[in-house]
Amino acid sequence: MESYLFPFDSLLCMFLGISFTVWFTLLLIFIIVPAVFGVSFGIRRLYMKSLLKIFEWATLRMERGAREKNQQLYKPYSNGIIAKEPASLEQEIQEVRRSGSGLPPPEPEFDMSDIFYFCRRGVESIVDDEVTKRFTAEELESWNLLTRSNYNFHHISTRLTVLWGAGVLIRYGILLPLRVTLAFTGVGLLVVLTSIIGLLPNGWIKSFLSEKAHLMCYRICVRALTAIITYHDSENKPKNGGICVANHTSPIDVIILASDGCYAMVGQVHGGLMGVIQRAMVKASPHIWFERSEVKDRHLVAKRLSDHVADKTKLPILIFPEGTCINNTSVMMFKKGSFEIGCTVYPVAIKYDPRFGDAFWNSSKFGMVNYLLHMMSSWAIVCSVWYLPPMRREEDEDAVHFANRVKAAIARKGGLADLLWDGGLKREKVKKVFKEEQQKLYSKVLVGGSEDS
Amino acid sequence: MGSTNSTISNIPNAEVLIQETGFSPAHIVRLYDRYTTLDKDKKGHLCPQDFGAIKELATNPINDRIIGAFFSSGQEVLDFPSFVRILAHFRPDDKIRSKDPNSPEHINSRNNKLKFIFQLYDQDKDGKISRQELLQVLRAMLEKQVTEEQLESIAERAIQEADLDRDDAISFDEFRKSLEKVNIEHKMSIRFLR
Repeated sequence: MESYLFPFDSLLCMFLGISFTVWFTLLLIFIIVPAVFGVSFGIRRLYMKSLLKIFEWATLRMERGAREKNQQLYKPYSNGIIAKEPASLEQEIQEVRRSGSGLPPPEPEFDMSDIFYFCRRGVESIVDDEVTKRFTAEELESWNLLTRSNYNFHHISTRLTVLWGAGVLIRYGILLPLRVTLAFTGVGLLVVLTSIIGLLPNGWIKSFLSEKAHLMCYRICVRALTAIITYHDSENKPKNGGICVANHTSPIDVIILASDGCYAMVGQVHGGLMGVIQRAMVKASPHIWFERSEVKDRHLVAKRLSDHVADKTKLPILIFPEGTCINNTSVMMFKKGSFEIGCTVYPVAIKYDPRFGDAFWNSSKFGMVNYLLHMMSSWAIVCSVWYLPPMRREEDEDAVHFANRVKAAIARKGGLADLLWDGGLKREKVKKVFKEEQQKLYSKVLVGGSEDS
Repeated sequence: MGSTNSTISNIPNAEVLIQETGFSPAHIVRLYDRYTTLDKDKKGHLCPQDFGAIKELATNPINDRIIGAFFSSGQEVLDFPSFVRILAHFRPDDKIRSKDPNSPEHINSRNNKLKFIFQLYDQDKDGKISRQELLQVLRAMLEKQVTEEQLESIAERAIQEADLDRDDAISFDEFRKSLEKVNIEHKMSIRFLR
């Protein structure tokens, strides 16, 4: 029995051995070596262009198919289900009253119809509110062959189904293993190299080597995600002794920024694999890791940040002031802590292109591993990074105002909506102050009007 | 990542709902997605706490009344058809009306819209808005911004204007009469896109 299996066995082994070597060599030449030296063959951009063409074809095909079958194609609107009117409380209430009485100057008295405004606004927010929809993934007009983001996949045509099937095979069969290999290589190299560099004495050589090592490993990780990043305005890149602030969409933001420049990271000490990476990184260059207990102590946090910033030999700190992941359609309130320190702030805007893969991490829905799996089985992550000119806090400006100024600049550059709401609202209750605002406005209509006349 | 995606076939009794409420299939699908998004714990139905979690609603002075309007008759659970039926009140008026006088009134008729508003005032559901109930609404909408005397005088004026049969309360008919000329169509309608 065994004798005639034997030749097949060795043949199989040889075959596997050869293909594995070939594959790994290709990997090395086309991906790892360029990453080490920071050059690019342009393969990823070519890939991106061809993907776009395929997506457009798929969307057109779907629309045509739906029209033929007379089905209603459900187009998701990223603006929401309803059209909200931007009129203010005063305007609306006056309008209703005027329509009722027909008199030009409306009486500053209570009218039974006043409740309409509040009622309608209330029901509008039940149907569609600004905050909740920032924490679910953005919706797309065209289909990117990922079942996660389509509404109309009804076997509209065999050709589409075949294409979708091929897409799944390619993504899970080819791209995913490739990316996982790269990810392991990148992370492994990072840990090993930083530990080695950590053995050197502090000095010029150490910082130089640490910079090179960090950049190299991050670049490998970027390729592990097939991230195609366009950096704009690199002349504004953050310098030592400053703080870099950016909007937060996913944990990948860190990798994206760190593959183009060296930063000091700030974060909580984790256990497990993250902890190993953190401990290794801090040996090579000074990052700021806080124990869980220290995070609550705001003064301690501020002091450590200020000390780091004061030392001009240390790298700029990277902070995400929103405090949580937002779905990349808007920028939420910045926490003022990092803006109180009083050094130069370098704002950075990151905008992902949602057509290729949604980078938003909905931490209440998916865990980290699940998220990374999704990321690595998407087509690509395409994003743009804008380095904005540095900003300083002005003489009579308080931290909150400064934070809002920075936030507005980032929102404007990245084309995101600038929202007043606090990202913490994902988990906490609205402050009473907001309710009082509404009451104040209404009382002005009632009582304030009579004071004028 | 990946938005929720439903199709009209997933939604139970969709046909019936479309007939009853006048929403289009696309609207129903969209509302179903919203319903499931609000149902964070995936219970299959909504409870008052799910509404309480909507941040924008929390800034509305009459939010508890609005939530109460969804959970009428003391129930603690809201299923999808009821959710849609109540939202149907806010659909803009269709210009096409059936000529049949025996057909039941559309959910979003002027009368039904007024009834919805009436129950926001009339919390004990006795069919009348008493002075107390009016004061409660005013207090909710103004709270600390005016004094108790001012509140009472405002309520007094409002009742005097609307109360035609002098029983110190506003019945539904009196309520409707006082809003005769008001264009509630425009103010009580929400424009559902597509």
